[in-house]
Amino acid sequence: MSFLASFFGRKTSAPVARDRLQILLAHERAGEGQSELIATLQEEILEVIKRHISVDQDKVQIKMDRGTGVSMLEIDIEVPETRPAVKTA
Amino acid sequence: MAKVLVVTSGKGGVGKTTSTAALGAALAQTGKNVVVVDFDVGLRNLDLVMGAERRVVFDLINVVQGDAKLAQALIRDKRLETLSILPASQTRDKDALTPEGVARVIEELREKFDWVICDSPAGIERGAQLAMYHADQAVVVTNPEVSSVRDSDRIIGMLDSTTERAKKGEKIDKHLLLTRYDPARAARGEMLRTEDVLEILSIPLLGIIPESEEVLRASNLGMPVTLSNPTSAPSRAYFEAVRRLEGETLDVSVPTERKGLFDWLFKRSVA
Ligand SMILES: Nc1ncnc2c1ncn2[C@@H]1O[C@H](COP(=O)(O)OP(=O)(O)O)[C@@H](O)[C@H]1O
Ligand SMILES: [Mg+2]
Repeated sequence: MSFLASFFGRKTSAPVARDRLQILLAHERAGEGQSELIATLQEEILEVIKRHISVDQDKVQIKMDRGTGVSMLEIDIEVPETRPAVKTA
Repeated sequence: MAKVLVVTSGKGGVGKTTSTAALGAALAQTGKNVVVVDFDVGLRNLDLVMGAERRVVFDLINVVQGDAKLAQALIRDKRLETLSILPASQTRDKDALTPEGVARVIEELREKFDWVICDSPAGIERGAQLAMYHADQAVVVTNPEVSSVRDSDRIIGMLDSTTERAKKGEKIDKHLLLTRYDPARAARGEMLRTEDVLEILSIPLLGIIPESEEVLRASNLGMPVTLSNPTSAPSRAYFEAVRRLEGETLDVSVPTERKGLFDWLFKRSVA
């Protein structure tokens, strides 16, 4: 069956579904307050940055990629130019 | 001008979430800027069907309550850059979704996208009402089966009375999407006929989506079916539905799988 499926160029989809669910449910069971945690992190990180430069909350992007074992939390902050651009001759 | 479309039904399990993902992706595949919004607070599933479940950080309620900006909660699809999803909350209190908050979010979405597609929760309560309130158009998802048709009738009544447009005395465009349609059973006279459903509900037909294993495969993979297998029967039906949504007039047919020699061989060898 799996030989035939790969012969016809189609992987079976159930194992993909199982893997996706395992990752998702592990995270969901682990913590209800995850989005609160991320909101708090965002707020505090922003506060620290704001002490030095002014950033617009709209210019902060928080991305998440949950995985098995490790998850990636990515925070992109668009920093405005602090000095006038230096002219190059 | 942005269009707000609600995908609704009354009854659960008829194919609203599947259809939201498929219609949204199909529109995005034609280059339109599309956002799909999950209104099923507490039982979100659209993120899973779209394959975005690992990337959810903020949700509709965070935006409504001002804990996050809209731009932070929107997740851009990895395969289609014109498609975004605004996920629902999994855990929080349903009452956190306020009419004012929803109005603000929809207004902001209208500025950013060509199509705002709202996936309604089942039922006729608050959640379903909030999902339909701002709609310009509605897709009423119905299975050819008595309880589904009855619930669709209730929903059509609500679309005509409790939405913002209805209250302003304006019309809301309603379309019937017949889903999980089984041509073999229909031929044997074991399923309500399309003509009968149309006559009972008397709203125009947007499409007939056949029951297909491709839909299950797509949801296993976390892809709208129109992306996972664009030439499959359900996908062709969704692509046609989208053309009708965009104003084209096309005859409605029930797409069937194209059976080639390979399919025939394959079916035999696994039987
Ligand atoms: N055309 C179809 N063919 C086969 N299965 C389908 C089809 N449409 C929906 N389903 C399945 O029916 C179930 C309910 O669909 P879903 O979209 O979640 O419904 P709803 O959002 O209305 O509750 C899901 O398991 C889905 O995969
Ligand atoms: Mg649903």
